Amino acid sequence: MRFIVPVALLAAWFAATASGALKPYQFPSPHAVLAEIAQLASTGALWSDLGASIERVALGFALALAAAIVLGALVGTSRTAEKLLEPTLQAVRSVPSLAWVPLILLWLGIGEPAKIVLVAIGAFFPIYISLSSGIRNVDRKLIEVAQVFGVTKPALALRVLVPAALPQLLVGARIGLTQAWLFLVAAELLAASRGLGFLLTEGQQIARTDEILVAIILFALCGKLSESGMRLLERRLVGWTDTVPA
Amino acid sequence: MNAVTIRGLEKSYGAHRVFDGIDLDVPRAETLAILGASGCGKSTLLRCIAGLEAPDAGTIDVGGEIGYVFQEPRLFPWLNVEANVAFAARTDIERARVPEMLALVGLTNAARKLPKELSGGMAQRAALARTLVRKPEIILLDEPLAALDALRRLELRAALREIIALTRATAVLVTHDVDEALDLAARVIVLQRSITAVRAIEPLRNIDVGARSALLGALGVSA
Repeated sequence: MRFIVPVALLAAWFAATASGALKPYQFPSPHAVLAEIAQLASTGALWSDLGASIERVALGFALALAAAIVLGALVGTSRTAEKLLEPTLQAVRSVPSLAWVPLILLWLGIGEPAKIVLVAIGAFFPIYISLSSGIRNVDRKLIEVAQVFGVTKPALALRVLVPAALPQLLVGARIGLTQAWLFLVAAELLAASRGLGFLLTEGQQIARTDEILVAIILFALCGKLSESGMRLLERRLVGWTDTVPA
Repeated sequence: MNAVTIRGLEKSYGAHRVFDGIDLDVPRAETLAILGASGCGKSTLLRCIAGLEAPDAGTIDVGGEIGYVFQEPRLFPWLNVEANVAFAARTDIERARVPEMLALVGLTNAARKLPKELSGGMAQRAALARTLVRKPEIILLDEPLAALDALRRLELRAALREIIALTRATAVLVTHDVDEALDLAARVIVLQRSITAVRAIEPLRNIDVGARSALLGALGVSA
């Protein structure tokens, strides 16, 4: 079932280019794109660009995850921390992502740290928001059970709050990872000499639609793969939830 | 020696006065039912005994470890039945007792099931096993059968009667069901409230002829 639409799209693409309805310089044929992929792979450029992008997403996402777990847990468990941090974080969140770019470029230059930080900013908020609300909304009745058994505060956090909030954390992480790819494009379009975003700008500058399409297809594949991976992780870790899988 | 001794218990929620100086003695190994209509404060009384709520005034002395069975099973959804029961275990001795407790409540074959796979009756049995794993001297039961359908309620009531007798623990049961109170408890008290305060706690023995109608009368229901 799930392959019907992609295969149909591919067939339509093939038909449109083979019949001449789409000119090759506007929209190259599937085999031209495949040939471009093979060409980029043979020179090693493909792996270098793909590797650079994946590395930035991985590092930025890891940074975001670590920061979101610390801040989300703090805001979720402590009313004081919530009052202190929540308004500021909400205000920061409402800044459009690209508005950070000039500041980050000035601070960190155009090197790798700037791109990783931009990716981290994008991935941070969905994870942080899911986790803090997940902890805050842990069923009070379950916390009472632990109280009745005289469970200490650290044990309560470890044995009740962490497992109870895990489904929310994973949902946040999945959305955060999607955001990470989004912010990666923004970062790489602005300043990069490697990466899938660089492939896009280079394709535009030298008017190579096949190269642009290669980058777009690789983005689609990477995004889909990371999303599926996160869903698999959710099914493995939080299969106990009594809800219809999202 | 009492299992629970309450003197001059007062409790209000804002302007709403729930208890106005309650005294209550629960002797060791007694099975006591606290009967009352919804909203009379019987659950609050139990929660005060368990330390889940702090009284405004008065003292509550508890002589022994408390086990609490809630109206809903409140199982941890990420743990299977066995792990839920083991959650309450503090020592290896208590952990080793888990299979015995599962057998006691008839859940040996459901040990590996997740809470979402259990019926209401099975889930409440698992919750009961979790409470019993520590062998508490005092078991507080807050309408443990209220969430079940009529058939399961009778079934679990019988099991509960046996288990309480077997453990020889002091049991304080809160219920609004007269028959349940008479069936499970050796002594029944009626918690009654006027609009502003508790009016009286009236001890009754179920060996009395006409105890049922007396209790219904005390609740303001004509039998």
